[in-house]
Amino acid sequence: MNPLAKLLEAALFASPRPIPTSELAALDAEASPAAVAAALDELREHYDVDGHGVELVDQGGGWQILTRPEYTEAIERAQVAMRPHRPSGAALETLAIVAYRQPIGRAEVSEIRGVDVGAILKSLLERGLIEVVARGEGLGRPLLYGTTPLFLEQFALRHLDELPRVDELAVALSQPEEGSLGEPGHPVASGGA
Amino acid sequence: MTGLRVADTGDAFVVELGAFNGPLDLLLSLIRDEKIDVYDIPMARICEQFLARMHELALNAAAEYLEMAARLLRIKTLMLLPRHEGDDGWEDPRAELVRRLLEYQQVREIVDVLERMGEDRRNRFARAWFPALVAPPQAPLALSLVELLAAVDRVLRVSREPGLHDVVPRPLDVDGAIAIVRAVLALRASARWRDVVREDAEPWEVLSALLALLEMARRSELKLAQPRPFADVEILRESAGQAA
Repeated sequence: MNPLAKLLEAALFASPRPIPTSELAALDAEASPAAVAAALDELREHYDVDGHGVELVDQGGGWQILTRPEYTEAIERAQVAMRPHRPSGAALETLAIVAYRQPIGRAEVSEIRGVDVGAILKSLLERGLIEVVARGEGLGRPLLYGTTPLFLEQFALRHLDELPRVDELAVALSQPEEGSLGEPGHPVASGGA
Repeated sequence: MTGLRVADTGDAFVVELGAFNGPLDLLLSLIRDEKIDVYDIPMARICEQFLARMHELALNAAAEYLEMAARLLRIKTLMLLPRHEGDDGWEDPRAELVRRLLEYQQVREIVDVLERMGEDRRNRFARAWFPALVAPPQAPLALSLVELLAAVDRVLRVSREPGLHDVVPRPLDVDGAIAIVRAVLALRASARWRDVVREDAEPWEVLSALLALLEMARRSELKLAQPRPFADVEILRESAGQAA
């Protein structure tokens, strides 16, 4: 492997979080963006072709070395590492709404889900999956929430655009400009309600 | 109350149903089960079904379900009002409900996507993985007698000869030990452990003496003190409690 690929491998090994390409480039001031991209390709190929138990993955807003899924069960059985708990349906619904309508306040999320989401928003905040991104204009200047990089990482997304667009979903609304969830990450004007 | 899970999250109780995430979820599943056209919901039928399922699931007290039930009944009533022929101003009272249902259906679809992607990621470990998700409270253990017996059977089979011991009850003589400590303290103001327990004491004698000392300390007949860690324990006569 070329020295830059080795350097990147070391950095990726040391980091508990995905590292964006821009930060990887900063490891070597001499390296051009093309050289970094080539080194990442080389590293990924190295893991894939030589048959390693780990692979290089680009998700959660950066690069990360992850174990291959086929070893998960054995690793967990031996209690070397434990998988995180599966989020509840209520938590997923709330996350989905925040992801598509951010920045969004508690009242709007509750309205869409038909139940109060105060406690679930709090727990998602504690887990670092959402964060307060702004304050609304309305009465009491409500807190508005958005998703975090950790959300991308835990749902294996590169960026929010990777979520399905609303027009790709099976249910298309008859009046999309009024009631649709909008596109992921792009705030839409709230349609009445 | 089957299927109900109540989690105390501090300032509010979150009631999560085993099957439904809220009144819209319940409504949507009814519509799906009954193969109803969402743009032409028969309000009388859906109202009846919704209320029936609420009773079934013991949801009568859940405000959000009650609110939805009230909303459905209101729409049902509005549908019954006479309409004028050719009234262009008439708005289908179900329109808002349909909009919310479709919106919610979209959310469910996105949840399916998130669930799949989250599951993919859950199946890979990063090098320095640490629990980012706060573990939810452990579900209460649900065991049937058969499972329990099967587990016992497994354990017994592992050890070929389960070392069964006969445990012979040997009563402790705390009162006797108290008498000994009293006698020792009557002679001197302070004593050591060795003064109240013989060198070759049996385990039951040691335990009796220990319980006697603790009991007498509780009754303020004596004080126990240890000047430094691992130093001998000092047994001191408590002058005030002497009469007790």
